[in-house]
Amino acid sequence: MINSSLTELSSALARKEISSAELTQLFLDRARRLNPAFNAFITLDPQASLAQARAADQRIAQGKAQPLTGIPVALKDILCTKGWLTTCGSRILSNFVAPYDAHVVEKLEGAGAVNLGKTNMDEFAMGSSSETSHYGPVANPWDRGAVPGGSSGGSAVAVAARLAPAALGTDTGGSIRQPAAMCGISGLKPTYGVVSRYGLIAFASSLDQCGPMAKSAADLALLLSTVAGFDPRDSTSLERPAEDYSHALAEPIAGLRIGLPKEFFGEGLSADVGVAVQAAITEYQRLGCRVVDVDLPRTRFSVPAYYVLAPAEASSNLARFDGVRYGYRAPQYADLRDMYMKTRAQGFGAEVKRRILVGTYVLSHGYYEAYYLQAQKIRRLIAQDFAEAFQRCDVIMGPTSPTTAFKLGTRTADPVQMYLSDIYTIPAPLAGIPGLSIPCGFGDGKRPVGLQIMGNYFQEARMLNAAHQYQRVTDWHLRIPPGLD
Amino acid sequence: MSLSLDDVRRIAQLARLDLSDAEARQILAQLQTIFVLIGELQSVDTHGIEPMSHARDVTLRLREDQVTEQDQHELFQSIAPQVESGLYLVPRVIE
Repeated sequence: MINSSLTELSSALARKEISSAELTQLFLDRARRLNPAFNAFITLDPQASLAQARAADQRIAQGKAQPLTGIPVALKDILCTKGWLTTCGSRILSNFVAPYDAHVVEKLEGAGAVNLGKTNMDEFAMGSSSETSHYGPVANPWDRGAVPGGSSGGSAVAVAARLAPAALGTDTGGSIRQPAAMCGISGLKPTYGVVSRYGLIAFASSLDQCGPMAKSAADLALLLSTVAGFDPRDSTSLERPAEDYSHALAEPIAGLRIGLPKEFFGEGLSADVGVAVQAAITEYQRLGCRVVDVDLPRTRFSVPAYYVLAPAEASSNLARFDGVRYGYRAPQYADLRDMYMKTRAQGFGAEVKRRILVGTYVLSHGYYEAYYLQAQKIRRLIAQDFAEAFQRCDVIMGPTSPTTAFKLGTRTADPVQMYLSDIYTIPAPLAGIPGLSIPCGFGDGKRPVGLQIMGNYFQEARMLNAAHQYQRVTDWHLRIPPGLD
Repeated sequence: MSLSLDDVRRIAQLARLDLSDAEARQILAQLQTIFVLIGELQSVDTHGIEPMSHARDVTLRLREDQVTEQDQHELFQSIAPQVESGLYLVPRVIE
């Protein structure tokens, strides 16, 4: 049961082989037993989860089930969930019980899915290793001394360790795809605007996007079909007809043109990752795909551009945490200004403070044009590079991350080294295009390697089709970390 | 461009972050390495390029000028650090 696809679970529920309450209990038991080792969940609330499961069972009995009805899904703790503690990995929200649901949470609830718990993450999604959480680091199930990637590390580990059948994460510069790669699971960041950001605690609003994390591309398609859709409460939500992202999964991919950007295979790419990704490309050629070389010449500027734009937006978004309306307030202060300063100093961790300060600086008088506007111009050049590349290919493939999971604590002292680990995932959100990661083998130390597939705007179904066809002829996505089956 | 300790103190004030001297010195060193990275952007010729402020060039929607929100102030204030008579309380600002 723990390795079943969402469709298999749905069939088992429909055939009454198992009830949602039993299924939920099974995963809750695993989560409770294994969470001390992995720290994947910040909050588990078995009573609330089981109440939802029993409601799902009634719905199934009444014949009103949808594909996700009764299936437990873990939620990244950046998603507001009514009545649940929603910390965003931060001390400043350590007492924040959300008074409303994020749009994606409503969507899942509407489909009858069960909220299995809230997953650990880098504080305010700022990090690539899930080590900046106020609630302690998350361990990688493939190598417990290694990080799971970040920032959606808890969601990635919940799926990889089979503590949850699926999860939601969010991606600003790679926070779904990079931990998916490092934990050997599948994860998708949709086209910007496809999934509503309402109730997603904002980090960098022009980049943030919520997406599914699961074992397979077929599961991602099912989840995305449920959570996507127009929402008037997000001013950047796109008014598009509903899409069934599963419809193209079974189509043959012979003739698909795969663009390989040489900038993703050069200096900085770890040899073991390169070997696994090349083997996956060879597999695609065997499936009849054509490989074409493409150029993404500004790739190396994507990291510095991102580390201007994302902190700038974050410094503005995080101004709302002031100890007045919700969250933590410092116990002692002299006056109002001192209350703000102490609340924020005590409530935010080191990485969040660094980014707020960088953002404040690049937006401050005299530096706005040199940094912020220049980064926005380079963002457009990066988007133009993709537009040109997609004239010659249908999808772009490459590594998700330059290395496999690195050891806990090895990059925390050097922020820039940590930032550079996102070099292959940052370009897609800058351009606003979708990207996904699927497991494609193992590197040194038997740590998973992820293959990244990027597509043009709204090409999710085609990317999922390509990923699914690969998963039909490989079994990397079905491997379970040692000792967890 | 090199960042000074005074710069760090100034932006920390703007960002309403209380920093000890030790913290400010540590952050200065980290920000200096971050700004070396960011400095690479200056080498790109962006003459005539329009800044891209959002992931998609879309026009914001307009809606009818109607009240759509319900009054939920009691719910929202139930999670506030300090509230009295429907008002958020902060330290006195006017003597």
